[in-house]
Amino acid sequence: MSSKFINTIGNTFLLYLPLLLLFISVFNEFDFNYLNYKYFSFNFPFILIFYWSLKRIETLGYGFIFIAGMFNDAVLGFPIGISSLTYLIICGFAAYLRNITLRPSLTKDWLYFLFTISVANSINYFLLILFFSIDVNYYEILGNIIFTFLFYYIFANIFDIYRKILLRIKV
Amino acid sequence: MAASRDDFIIAIRSAFLKKGNKQRFSLIGLIFFSIGLLILSKINLPITNYLNIALNEIVYRSSFIISIPEKKIQNFSNTINNHYSVYNDYLIVKENLKILQSKKYETQFLEEENKRLKKTINEYIYNSEELVAKVLIDKNSPFLKSIIVNKGSKDNIKLGMAVLDGTYLVGKIVEVNYSTSRALLVSDLNSKIPVGIEPGNIQSILSGTGKQNGKIEYLETDIIIQDKSIIYTSGSGGLFKPGIPIGIYLKETEENYEIVNFFSKLSQLTFVKLVSFEEENN
Repeated sequence: MSSKFINTIGNTFLLYLPLLLLFISVFNEFDFNYLNYKYFSFNFPFILIFYWSLKRIETLGYGFIFIAGMFNDAVLGFPIGISSLTYLIICGFAAYLRNITLRPSLTKDWLYFLFTISVANSINYFLLILFFSIDVNYYEILGNIIFTFLFYYIFANIFDIYRKILLRIKV
Repeated sequence: MAASRDDFIIAIRSAFLKKGNKQRFSLIGLIFFSIGLLILSKINLPITNYLNIALNEIVYRSSFIISIPEKKIQNFSNTINNHYSVYNDYLIVKENLKILQSKKYETQFLEEENKRLKKTINEYIYNSEELVAKVLIDKNSPFLKSIIVNKGSKDNIKLGMAVLDGTYLVGKIVEVNYSTSRALLVSDLNSKIPVGIEPGNIQSILSGTGKQNGKIEYLETDIIIQDKSIIYTSGSGGLFKPGIPIGIYLKETEENYEIVNFFSKLSQLTFVKLVSFEEENN
């Protein structure tokens, strides 16, 4: 009885892990900025949202992504709604790729991810600069896009393993 | 050609309009809702301000708790670095102490003389109220350099108050919630502070660079600033009192020409002073 109960908790935890990671990463800005390497930062929520939207995991719903975006805006001090919009655009791009893909390939996903984050970041900073007169450092953005793109490959492989575990235990 | 366009439209429609099995909202609906929120933020309606304050209160407290493990790692990494540089630091501090001890008595005399002279010419003397606040969140994001402190409108915190680390200026309050506030650091790209540069009493604007230093802007071309000049607040605009030290001007560094190195280490703030200044007539 008790082992079954623990199993259920464990399975629920595994199922909702991407959602938990998303909220931890927006609250915590999980990007190793404190290492203070020049231009080094990456956007973990982008990787997480793109990957899980592409793989259609229903626990990471659009509503939660929208709320996570609002929290991210509050933490960073950006106008409320801007990160939600960026995250949802990424979801849209991922959903479009999912619809047109017959045979998924990590390399194609990876390149498409670069295009997606470039568009999403462009919209984000276009709105920040033109409508809210907030200055941003373009080199930092470029660094952020490049590192986010590079880290996608690593995280996608880790998430693939995790997804296989999920499928094996049939959560 | 028409068929591929149809496929494209079907894929787009399916991606943005269709709800998944467990999805409660369609993507396009939430995108429009986000745009609506952005427009409301831009219009700055009182109701959105209250919503913002409520959201900030919840998010800042949660973020503080969730950031604890990362802060522990960061502190551990800083401790290791400090141990490595302790002997070199000791030598520098010893040298500086000698110089400071000799300057201390001279400064005391000059302060008293300055006060007396200001009274003579009917200058303002500044009254200040100080509050010590704890830094809850130090995001050090690549895009926005700001900190969240645990004092808000209930503690009489007001927009524009100076944020000091010891005696050094590190930022100003840009957002006030009920029990928390956000301070924009001097290193942020959007920070512009009127400063005076000594020696020479040169008036200018100090702007952040988005990194750990600042730069001097809006300076007439024929003015030359000496290397290692000290940057103080000029008091123009009446927000800060004049003479708060901010940083040192360096003409050439390893990475850049002409930067302002802040006296305070902005990535390691734990407690700060929030100060408001009032002009007192003699």
